Amino acid sequence: MSTAPSTEARSRGKSPAGERVADWADGRLGIYSLAKANMRKIFPDHWSFMLGEVCMYSFIIIILTGVYLTLFFHPSMNEVTYHGSYVPMQGQLMSEAYASTLDISFDIRGGLLIRQIHHWAALIFLAGMFVHMMRVFFTGAFRKPREVNWLFGFLLFVLGMFTGFTGYSLPDDLLSGTGVRFTQGAILSVPIVGTYISMFLFGGEFPGHDFVARFYSIHILLLPGIMLGLMVAHLILVFYHKHTQFAGPGKTNKNVVGMPLMPVYMAKAGGFFFLVFGVIAAIAGIVTINPIWGIGPYRPDQVGTGAQPDWYMGFAEGLVRAMPGWEVNFWGHTLVLGVFIPLVVFGLFLAVIALYPFIESWVTGDKREHHILDRPRNAPTRTAVGVAWITGYLITLIGGGNDIVATHFHLSINAVTWFVRIGFFLGPVLAFVVTKRICLGLQRRDKEKVLHGREAGIIKRLPHGEFIEVHEPLSQEQLHTLTAHEQYRPVEIGPTVDENGVERKPAVTEKLRAKMSNAYFGEDSQIPKPTVEEYKEITSGHGHH
Amino acid sequence: MSSHQIPEENLPAEQEAPHGAVRVADEENPFADPGLPPHEPRVQDIDERAAKRSERTVALLFTVSMLATVGFIASFVTIPHDKSIFVFPLGHLNAMNFALGLTLGVALFTIGAGAVHWARTLMSDEEIADERHPIEASPEVRAKVHADFKQGAKESVIGRRKLIRNTMLGALTLVPLSGVVLLRDLGPLPGTKLRHTMWSKGKLLVNMNTNQPIRPSDVVVGSLSFAMPEGMSEHDENFQSEIAKAALMIVRLQPGDIKDKRELEWSHEGIVAYSKICTHVGCPISLYEQQTHHALCPCHQSTFDLSDGARVIFGPAGHALPQLRIGVNDEGYLEALGDFDEPVGPAFWERG
Repeated sequence: MSTAPSTEARSRGKSPAGERVADWADGRLGIYSLAKANMRKIFPDHWSFMLGEVCMYSFIIIILTGVYLTLFFHPSMNEVTYHGSYVPMQGQLMSEAYASTLDISFDIRGGLLIRQIHHWAALIFLAGMFVHMMRVFFTGAFRKPREVNWLFGFLLFVLGMFTGFTGYSLPDDLLSGTGVRFTQGAILSVPIVGTYISMFLFGGEFPGHDFVARFYSIHILLLPGIMLGLMVAHLILVFYHKHTQFAGPGKTNKNVVGMPLMPVYMAKAGGFFFLVFGVIAAIAGIVTINPIWGIGPYRPDQVGTGAQPDWYMGFAEGLVRAMPGWEVNFWGHTLVLGVFIPLVVFGLFLAVIALYPFIESWVTGDKREHHILDRPRNAPTRTAVGVAWITGYLITLIGGGNDIVATHFHLSINAVTWFVRIGFFLGPVLAFVVTKRICLGLQRRDKEKVLHGREAGIIKRLPHGEFIEVHEPLSQEQLHTLTAHEQYRPVEIGPTVDENGVERKPAVTEKLRAKMSNAYFGEDSQIPKPTVEEYKEITSGHGHH
Repeated sequence: MSSHQIPEENLPAEQEAPHGAVRVADEENPFADPGLPPHEPRVQDIDERAAKRSERTVALLFTVSMLATVGFIASFVTIPHDKSIFVFPLGHLNAMNFALGLTLGVALFTIGAGAVHWARTLMSDEEIADERHPIEASPEVRAKVHADFKQGAKESVIGRRKLIRNTMLGALTLVPLSGVVLLRDLGPLPGTKLRHTMWSKGKLLVNMNTNQPIRPSDVVVGSLSFAMPEGMSEHDENFQSEIAKAALMIVRLQPGDIKDKRELEWSHEGIVAYSKICTHVGCPISLYEQQTHHALCPCHQSTFDLSDGARVIFGPAGHALPQLRIGVNDEGYLEALGDFDEPVGPAFWERG
């Protein structure tokens, strides 16, 4: 206390107001230590690093618009007769949820815009997460130390799907009600506990009077609360780990090259929020989304054709549509495989991609930190696995819209369904093989470029009449960039006879690991990158080949 | 198994001397990291007039944003909220939604565009390298934390006083049960609820659209109509849940076309009544092809042959649609001769 007055007097006299506020906050919150580490934090620049930002910003937009919508939406299934300003629905019986959604769309100025921004932002959020995950996957950014953050991101994606589903189910319109019915039917297929879960979720038989209110609290509180926590954790880890970067001159595994948060990234990333918000607002002003007024209130005995979920649920829909209707009856019970298998596959299909980082690190046995990104071609097997996964995803997505595909392209729906049934198994295999070959081809081309230079497009005629194309040697930056990646050697099963001559049986896991390692890094799975010796031999030969 | 030759160090400082981008390759290692390329100034860094132009562009974008916000408020106040306009090539749009969306979009977008343009043209674009530090702690820190933990655990005596530990674990395991029990009243037990519908012997079939009982003569060959049990009304407390099970499809076939013996027995003059609720996941079936007698569920395309016991001929449904046995009462109206003899809708574990 005794020393304080003098310093305070000084600061009051001289420093500007902003500094005094900052001093005040630092004395209570310790913001200076936080700012010391982060204010000039370096962010590397690459267009693909914006994808995560798109997700974060659309999530913020969803929360902002969602809070607005809660001011007007009535999460109730009480039956009312509509008297609002949308003439075609006047006098209709509907739930309060549906009626209040009509009010938001027609009687509250700007309500329709906010509703549409909310829904568009949700679609973009999910699409953004999907593409962001692909970016992280194909560049190997999920490797140590970022595996946990990959899981956080994965959880955000899955929770986002369910938040989206519970959200579009709230208006209680005919389309979303059909989707809820589908979900209830899928829940019933769960062995032993299915009927109980259904009764407990819906407060009795479907649809009952409770699900809108229950979905509402799940949609606005439970799931977004968890997601907000995960998103904060995700960002803290991004800050803590620092960004990954692509290989290039001056970029190493021990540094991060880019521009500082303040001012460049504050302006760029902060500005990007407004760009994303602006684009979504404009789309919401121009393109109608989920026009529930044209669909009508939900009745369990009515349905429209071309019923489709939002895109991110399409692959689950496709699994259900493509599955043959297997049912097994035994001892007075029914095993509804036709619905339950798709439900399980849905979970497994997602789990594969969630667990992939752990599978890969087990195969490589690599315990080092990785901050330099792989170019997808330099990890052919990983890239091929990713493309195979996406192929399976897209084929089931087609299956989810088999009726739309059939009517738009004048195809037989049976043919489309059979295409999905076969394609789900065949497509990923084909995609795997093709992708791997393309990756290896690109690796060969890189090698060729390093050793022989770039095709200059200049044709030269030599004195004796021969025509050659001039190859220009690469700069050292390019040479470095194209040879900076590391290549693993396949794991081999250790000696099967120990030092005392006793035979030892290699464990099954050891054999599997050797096999997988060979599939990843064996001779057919990567092109050895050019060595200094090869390069010197060719360049000293002062000839073009 | 792991790799080799990871270039981990920056090259020596002399290579970072800022001159021409292409340097003569190092004799030892032509692939060596040449270090960060020298910073190339932008036109704004050299030419003050260009910098001024950028400044004006940014200011213009921010000004457009302000105007757009004014436009947003003006649209909100002046445009009637039910006015529709035609905008080529988008078609008819709600005027207010269109105006609000565009003005808000422009107001936000130009702030972003201004900020990004500012960052790209006027803020320093010199790349800086920052050191990374390993995520894992140093061995000393690791040892210290482990020792601290052991000390703390020892001082808690949890390892020595097993009784405390075991009873605490027991208590902590049991206490969440209260929460689980509280969830019990989320809904009733299934019981046999899924096995019964509103149909029972003597209930008249009421046309869904006209709310009138149906005479066999009302149902023509090839038509599809929907019915519910008499006594049900849209205003009933449980109408939605009941119609979700009781909804009925009525079709008239030529009796000679009916291939299934039981179907023929349960029909009346070729009129057959089937549950409208798909046995796949419960969508209402609503597409009927009179030539082939196929009924199609529009949700997942399960197809049922109504002339052959409504068996599944395509799609993901697992079993045939339940048939309702019908007849005619004394007054000549179609009536049910009982409830469905099996559960309607999607299959479930207890269905059997």
